[in-house]
Amino acid sequence: MRFMVIVKATEDSEKGAMPSQDMLEAMGAYNEELVKAGVMLDGDGLRPSSYGARVRFDDEGNASVIDGPFAETKELVSGYWVFEVSSKEEAVEWARRAPFRGGELEIRPFSVPEDFGEAFTPELQEKENELRDTLTAQREA
Amino acid sequence: MSTPPAPTASATADLHRVVDAVWRMESARIVGALTRVTGDVGQAEELAQDALVAALEQWPESGVPAKPGAWLMAIAKHRAIDSFRRSQNLQRKTVELGRELVQQEGVEEDWAAALDEVVEDDVLRLVFISCHPVLSREARVAMTLRLVGGLATDEIARAFLVPEKTLAQRIVRAKRTLTAARVPFEMPTGADFGARLSSVLEVLYLVFNEGYAATAGEDLTRPALCQEAMRLGRILAGLVPEESEVHGLLALMELQASRLAARIGPDGESVLLADQDRSRWDRVLVNHGLAALDRARETAAGALGPYALQAGIAACHARARSVEETDWAGIAGHYEALAALNPSPVIELNRAVAVSRAYGPAAGLELVDRLLDVPALSSYHLLPAVRGDLLVSLGRDDEARAEFERAAGLTRNERERALLLGRAADCGGPAGLPTD
Repeated sequence: MRFMVIVKATEDSEKGAMPSQDMLEAMGAYNEELVKAGVMLDGDGLRPSSYGARVRFDDEGNASVIDGPFAETKELVSGYWVFEVSSKEEAVEWARRAPFRGGELEIRPFSVPEDFGEAFTPELQEKENELRDTLTAQREA
Repeated sequence: MSTPPAPTASATADLHRVVDAVWRMESARIVGALTRVTGDVGQAEELAQDALVAALEQWPESGVPAKPGAWLMAIAKHRAIDSFRRSQNLQRKTVELGRELVQQEGVEEDWAAALDEVVEDDVLRLVFISCHPVLSREARVAMTLRLVGGLATDEIARAFLVPEKTLAQRIVRAKRTLTAARVPFEMPTGADFGARLSSVLEVLYLVFNEGYAATAGEDLTRPALCQEAMRLGRILAGLVPEESEVHGLLALMELQASRLAARIGPDGESVLLADQDRSRWDRVLVNHGLAALDRARETAAGALGPYALQAGIAACHARARSVEETDWAGIAGHYEALAALNPSPVIELNRAVAVSRAYGPAAGLELVDRLLDVPALSSYHLLPAVRGDLLVSLGRDDEARAEFERAAGLTRNERERALLLGRAADCGGPAGLPTD
């Protein structure tokens, strides 16, 4: 089972404050432990929301763009891991070992096509798959 | 004294899953440390199991400790020292030599200190002892999943479709065999290292294949076994990062597993590589597998080993957007290199398929026909299946149908049989009758 472990932003991460040497070392050790245990498939950090933007849609589908930063710090994301584990409990146990002081992690399973039920028609799936293919091809190119 | 409220049934079940998760994460290190100190993997595993039982008893009331691994290790350590004292007391009654007792008291302190020590090689030694050549292949698989993977006996039994009792006995016998043979808990060295590592890789690939190509039962795959084999492969790659073939095997497993979802059709039938919806291949695993293959190539001392070569073949498929765009000549070349390392009619058969894709069905059929008299392939269903395929491409439908039917009669997998009979039916009616 695949899970995303979402790192919520903090005031420090939103300020763009660089982590201390100790924190970097602890995080490096934690990541190494995850890799050596064979559970970490991916992971990365994000810059503060001041570097980002939002695209908001109204009910008619009109898009408006809002530049960062955004106020509700605790709802923002500052990084993520992707874990492959055998249960939610195992994902939680690994997440508990992260060397954070303050902050919050959110653990969410990846959805699988079955979750969408009948609304996700084979045609739609096909379209999405084509899109994903193109994206991958671009990444590999 | 008031008793705390009994946990609800569902809270207990949740807690049980937490304990299972912690056990998967911690047990190899615990069993490894205990084996290093007691010198007996069977005893070590029993002591570790005692700690697991204690967790199941105490955590529902106390909650999961902040450092569950250290908690389990502390309990196991106490049990180890208790059992040491018991055997020492027994000896005190029978042995009169004071000098020997003094020595043993020293041993007890050593044990306590040794169990507090973290030794990086413990898990690797545990891998090697679980895959020791003194054990049968089946026993190596069971011991590896149990001791290194931290899987419960009933889990392993279910995965391999054998009765739990059979599997439990297999593990008990394996532990006895290791004790009787006085197999030391150590790293193999010199020329022995390569052979012992091969045995480990073989066990992991057996586990993977049991999941990937289920040889018995109605399910075509059991993905949990594949995932377990990949997890163990990643752990091993972390333990011996300088070994090219470990990365090669990991790459092979990840690249093959990336196709798991696409291999099964909507009705549970198997879908051949050529017919798979490639957009359903798992890109995260593909990227992981390609990175592992790069590491296999970087660490290879000379020519690539058999796992890295097979991973190279899987990578040619993973990189191709369609069957037509596949580097078939490259695949044929990898098979040739494989056959040079390890001549085998099965590899020749695969090479024939690649050659037919690269250079046309007639070239492939020529290679396949050379294999018709090989005794080792006389009951191998893929020989007639491949031959049938090539004959269809050459428009020889009657011969093709007979081959597909023969293949269907040889396979043990029910779904595969259905697939082959379907291909036979596609070739039209029996010989001599109009087929349109």
